[in-house]
Amino acid sequence: MTTILLVLGIIIVAPLAGGLLTGIDRIISARLQGRQGPPLLQPFYDVLKLISKESIEVNSMHRFFVYISCIFVMFTTAILLSGGDILLAIFALTLGSVFFVLGGYASNSPYSTIGSERELLQIMAYEPMVLLTCVGLYYANHSFFIKDIIASDKPAIIYLPGVFIGLLYILAFKLRKSPFDLSMSHHGHQEIVKGITTEYSGRDLAVIEVTHWYETIISLTLVYVFFAAHTLISHVIAVLVCALVYFLEILIDNAVARLKWQQAIASAWIVTAIMGAANLFILSYLR
Amino acid sequence: MNAISLLILFPLAAALIIFLVRNDKVRNTLVRISAIATAAVTVIVTYLYFNDIQTFTYPHEETIDLIMAVVEVAVALFIITVGIKNKKYLVSAFSFIQTALILTFEFTGKQGIEVKTAIYLDKLAIIMVLIVGLVGSLICLYAVGYMKDYHKHHKEYKERKSFFFAILFLFLSAMFGLVLSNNLTWLYFCWELTTLCSFLLIGYTQTKEAKNNAFRALVINLGGGIAFAVAIVWIGMQFDTLELSTLVSKKPETIILMPVFLLAFAALTKSAQLPFSSWLLGAMVAPTPTSALLHSATMVKAGVYLIIRLSPMLGDSYVGRTVTLVGGITFLACSLMAIAQSDAKKILAYSTIANLGLIVICASIGTQESLWAAILLVIFHAVSKSLLFISVGSAEHQIGSRNVEDMDVLMGVSSKLAIFMLIGIAGMFLAPFGMLISKWVAMKAFIDSDQILTVIILAYGSAATLFYWSKWMGKLVSNANVKNPVKHKFHLDEIIPIVILGIMVVISCFGFPIISEHALVPYLSNIFGSEALNPIGKNNTELMLIMLSMLIILPVSFIPIYKNNKRRKASIYMAGENTGDNESFNGSIGITQKVELRNWYMESYFGTKTLSLWSDILSIITLVVGSILLIGGLL
Repeated sequence: MTTILLVLGIIIVAPLAGGLLTGIDRIISARLQGRQGPPLLQPFYDVLKLISKESIEVNSMHRFFVYISCIFVMFTTAILLSGGDILLAIFALTLGSVFFVLGGYASNSPYSTIGSERELLQIMAYEPMVLLTCVGLYYANHSFFIKDIIASDKPAIIYLPGVFIGLLYILAFKLRKSPFDLSMSHHGHQEIVKGITTEYSGRDLAVIEVTHWYETIISLTLVYVFFAAHTLISHVIAVLVCALVYFLEILIDNAVARLKWQQAIASAWIVTAIMGAANLFILSYLR
Repeated sequence: MNAISLLILFPLAAALIIFLVRNDKVRNTLVRISAIATAAVTVIVTYLYFNDIQTFTYPHEETIDLIMAVVEVAVALFIITVGIKNKKYLVSAFSFIQTALILTFEFTGKQGIEVKTAIYLDKLAIIMVLIVGLVGSLICLYAVGYMKDYHKHHKEYKERKSFFFAILFLFLSAMFGLVLSNNLTWLYFCWELTTLCSFLLIGYTQTKEAKNNAFRALVINLGGGIAFAVAIVWIGMQFDTLELSTLVSKKPETIILMPVFLLAFAALTKSAQLPFSSWLLGAMVAPTPTSALLHSATMVKAGVYLIIRLSPMLGDSYVGRTVTLVGGITFLACSLMAIAQSDAKKILAYSTIANLGLIVICASIGTQESLWAAILLVIFHAVSKSLLFISVGSAEHQIGSRNVEDMDVLMGVSSKLAIFMLIGIAGMFLAPFGMLISKWVAMKAFIDSDQILTVIILAYGSAATLFYWSKWMGKLVSNANVKNPVKHKFHLDEIIPIVILGIMVVISCFGFPIISEHALVPYLSNIFGSEALNPIGKNNTELMLIMLSMLIILPVSFIPIYKNNKRRKASIYMAGENTGDNESFNGSIGITQKVELRNWYMESYFGTKTLSLWSDILSIITLVVGSILLIGGLL
């Protein structure tokens, strides 16, 4: 019973937090660009408005992929925030991402197909680092379970500084921020129409937006587990670091333009090899 | 004479009879009956002997040895003759060397070595028997339907169906023999028979390409066969035994690791690991049931089976490390190269080689967890890969192409086929399906045994795997319009195996905790002499099963929404220039342009040319360095 309540709580609270973060993101971005920006709750107004609009579609199948994608992303969030197995959570997240990509293909539209190809490329670019993050956390704490990792004596960052930097690098993919927002972007000026979401409207687009809120929380959870340990202060630090990382990503997002796909995948794989792999090798020698 | 012997003798008898029958209808019925009966014998043997390890020997072993020797000479004479006739002298030389070696040993050194257990049926052998018996016979059944169309589409090839079906069953018989034999000379005999069968099957069409590829397969596998023969002589002369179980129970010292290395070398050639993988890529010229059989239930699985058997001798030794590294290079290189392929059979071939590489890594690391992963990989790979091969074969007949780019219409032509293909692909790489479960445990096993390099290889290789499978799935779901649909007859002989294998992919995922508890854990406990644990905890298993159920329930629950869909349809966005049929747009000077959507192949990054060269060089260096270190330890 308590598990069900916990899971329900996570599924309701996580997107609210994610939506708020998106609101903060939009305000900060606006101020960086010398604008006033929308109110904090604007993302929620947007989603509510999208829901009330008419949903037009190009065929009757392609919206289901987005729904299934959202459900598996919720599933991931529930596993992560309830202290479950981080590797299993990542596998569920990958399943969600693949469904999202298939949604782009299913419309058979030129623009969303390009978006899907790019999204797939992005997944291929960040996946090694995400897997190495999970493995690294396990190597440092002897457990894949988040509840064990955040209850250990020392925070994982002590053992895994390189892995953490690698994760920061690929986090821009996950948060869909420049320079790695190739498949769908918040910045209209550098987008090929609307990328993978071109053919979605109304309610379906709202679902995509909410899915992204969940993903924001998932990304920050990955940052959080690097700093949290059994002391209370470490959890406070972890929250602060999450805020800092999020701010940093917004800053980079506004400061740089999109990279070409060649640069995106090559740089992500090289950073993964240098930061993630090297860190693990060194750790294995020290033990 | 018991049910276990029946396992070898029944397909053999079926092969002989089918070879003699020339009437198409009678033969098809015979093939169907034999396939079903083979599956039935498999199930019966499993039922009878599942609980305890069966070991026994035959009373007239000398006679059996003599028959084998005679067959071996006949096979060698055949191979030497075709080798000379086709100017492939290396083939003849290889065949001559190994047969001479084995025969000399048979009548000199072998005298006095007593084999106590010739047949050894434990849980691992039972799993292999089930794979060969069930998946193999489903492929034979499928072949009946497939070959009907094959000769309609390819009138240029001579029809030799009796021969084809006979070899399929001979192959199954040899595979049964291979996984049951504990006597190394018997194992070797079956090993060589599978080589011969694959040679005959790959060369079925007798075109120049088919002949060349068949000879390539032959020469590489005979090369491995020489290593096997030398290993047998070595083991027999030095250690006075010819039993696999005795060999692997010895202490892994350098002196014994030499022949183990030779056996592992033979296994690497048979499992098409780099630098020996070209034969499996060439094997796709054969009719699809051949590829399905070679890739899933037989041949390549023989190689990894041997490595799993040898795993107690591998582990931390130079041999183990060398084999692990070769598997690692193969897994990564072939996963990357698969991205640049658009021919479905080629993608499947690269994926097979890559997954075999992963199995080789797991088996050669040799910890409890990694062996658990290796055996599960063998099971899941056999089921998913055979499903994929036969559905690609049928798709080729339905849409006239096996290029993934052309499969965007498959959902419209035959949604059933497309859905089963999607299930097969999901089975290969997505959570919560089988291959991913094994990969997950593999990852845990690697890190537990401090194999950092293999963990990194697995991380990159998995990302590449995800890319090439997902874009294939993308084509299947893309809902392209079908132009002039040709309704092709979809034989019942094709549908039944596809449906059964599709169900097996799903059921094996639901059933993995059961397989683990009743087969893998007892097997591993027996090997390691201590109680083995299920590497995936109870909570995680439940979550996996919930995910699997969601994947089944969700699409079904959307059906009512889908049926009552009243949403407005719009045409696809093409910057306002869509001509209205969603397939073309108004081009710049009033020309109507057709829209063509293509997947990404990124030749400049993942093209086979440079990648295969480098990975071949790397794997050769690994093998050479490994053998030098090993010989260095001997001196």
